[in-house]
Amino acid sequence: MTTLDTPASLSGRSDFVAIAKWIKRDAKVLDLGCGDGTLLRYLKEARGVTGYGVEIDDTKVLACVKNRVNVLQNNLESGLTEFESNSFDYVILSQTLQAVRHTERIIRDMLRVGREAIVTFPNFGYWRHRLQILSGRMPVSGELPYEWYDTPNIHLFTIRDFENFCGTHNVRILERQVMAQGKPVNFLPNLLGSLAVYRFDEGPRA
Amino acid sequence: MPPEGSVGTVSPRFARFDEPIVLKSGARLDAYQLAYETYGTLNAARSNAVLVCHALNASHHVAGVYADDPENVGWWDNLIGPGKPLDTDRFFVVGVNNIGGCHGSTGPASVDPATGRQWGADFPVVTVEDWVEAQSRLATRLGIQRFAAVMGGSLGAMQALQWTISQPQRIGHAIVIAAAPKLSTQNIAFNEVARQAITTDPDFHGGNFYSHGVVPRRGLRIARMIGHITYLSDDAMAEKFGRELREGVYKFNFDVEFQVESYLRYQADKFAERFDANTYLRITKALDYFDPAAAYGGNLSKALKQASAGFLVVSFTSDWRFSPARSREIVKSLLDNGLDASYAEIDAPHGHDAFLMEDPRYHNVIRAYFNNIAL
Repeated sequence: MTTLDTPASLSGRSDFVAIAKWIKRDAKVLDLGCGDGTLLRYLKEARGVTGYGVEIDDTKVLACVKNRVNVLQNNLESGLTEFESNSFDYVILSQTLQAVRHTERIIRDMLRVGREAIVTFPNFGYWRHRLQILSGRMPVSGELPYEWYDTPNIHLFTIRDFENFCGTHNVRILERQVMAQGKPVNFLPNLLGSLAVYRFDEGPRA
Repeated sequence: MPPEGSVGTVSPRFARFDEPIVLKSGARLDAYQLAYETYGTLNAARSNAVLVCHALNASHHVAGVYADDPENVGWWDNLIGPGKPLDTDRFFVVGVNNIGGCHGSTGPASVDPATGRQWGADFPVVTVEDWVEAQSRLATRLGIQRFAAVMGGSLGAMQALQWTISQPQRIGHAIVIAAAPKLSTQNIAFNEVARQAITTDPDFHGGNFYSHGVVPRRGLRIARMIGHITYLSDDAMAEKFGRELREGVYKFNFDVEFQVESYLRYQADKFAERFDANTYLRITKALDYFDPAAAYGGNLSKALKQASAGFLVVSFTSDWRFSPARSREIVKSLLDNGLDASYAEIDAPHGHDAFLMEDPRYHNVIRAYFNNIAL
């Protein structure tokens, strides 16, 4: 297995590395739940992308401004009404889908606003998680670092769950990267992968 | 010694303009004067100038104090000064009193050279566009081709927004705080009550009260009270005054009883001492008329098509006069044009007046934004 080459500014976020590889130069990007703006700043400086981040947390909004990243302080759950349809090349939602209340709505909204969408999420089906469930405990790991009582994650799902969802919601998967410890996983991904990254668009209408 | 972070002792300056200005109304001022103050030093490249625009009740006295009036601290002194969010060690800050004002710029109380008498009722109605035009002429006079930023809160923010439309080549960044792209019906209604209070005061004399040696104090006081209530949130008023009584018991008469009554009367008295009634009428009209989208079929995104500035938009959750939803309308039009823009929605309790308060979440965002403005 080869390690994905990691730009120094993205160290610690292997999903960012995968996303950065997929984003075309000079694309227009909307990053939902953009945190301190690390990914957007990298994409702006290394790929010439333009775009905006959306973030609810005061401290992270401030960090984005310091990072010279366009940031809008908004709640994702209230919808993406400020964004016109097809106004972005990519809409990114990294490590947040499992914490969103209205999963279907946000995916639909992402595909309305962007030509393509990219999501990353912790794979609940990862073998270590399964072992912890078998031992009678809710999983706690690098990707799922919370205890059951303080977790923001309200929709835990596996790689297979997500792909089933795509199949039933007219979502066409364009690319997938499954990882564990920052390394690609190609064999038994739903068992051996702890983190999944997907690029998808709206499937052709039947 | 001025306190740490203060620009210290400042003095107003006055610029006379003899080139006529044709106002949006069609009226024309053949000559006019602008009162202004500056803080910091204009750099050799003349690239570090920041214009700070005032709202309804304020003036060009934005920061620092006057030697002969040390209590008179500039209205945005907590934000502007050496080491402050708008750092006068790095930026050259310009504050200007707008045309129609009553703090040294040509306004209704000035003498009309055509008649030799004070303008009074004859002073024309002015608009945000007119102010921006006058400000741009002052910039030229000061040797400033392009402002690094134009900043304002409330009506001041409307001027910053208008700058990006009227003078897109002359503004690098717009800092638009507690703003709205146009007044709501309710906003206009409040302004009308304030104007009615003034114009129905028997001492108003149709706007020509100067020659009668009186001031429509009653009208001004009520106008100020109404305005003041709309600047505060219900929670902020409850927190500050509650239902507290000055003497602890009901007196069953109409003297000042509740602390909030006492506060409003005090603020109203102070305001009526220093503010011109004709100016108040004109500034509220400028607010009512502001609607840059109107010329574009109500489409603000189209109005901003020529804009090229970077934007920082800030709103406050408890501001019901210009609510966050109004700022988001502005943000949407910036997004539609693909402009560089950030938006911070500060969860502050003070209402509209939060833009004048020292809240670290708010001030830190302003500071970070200014720090990243390349000179």
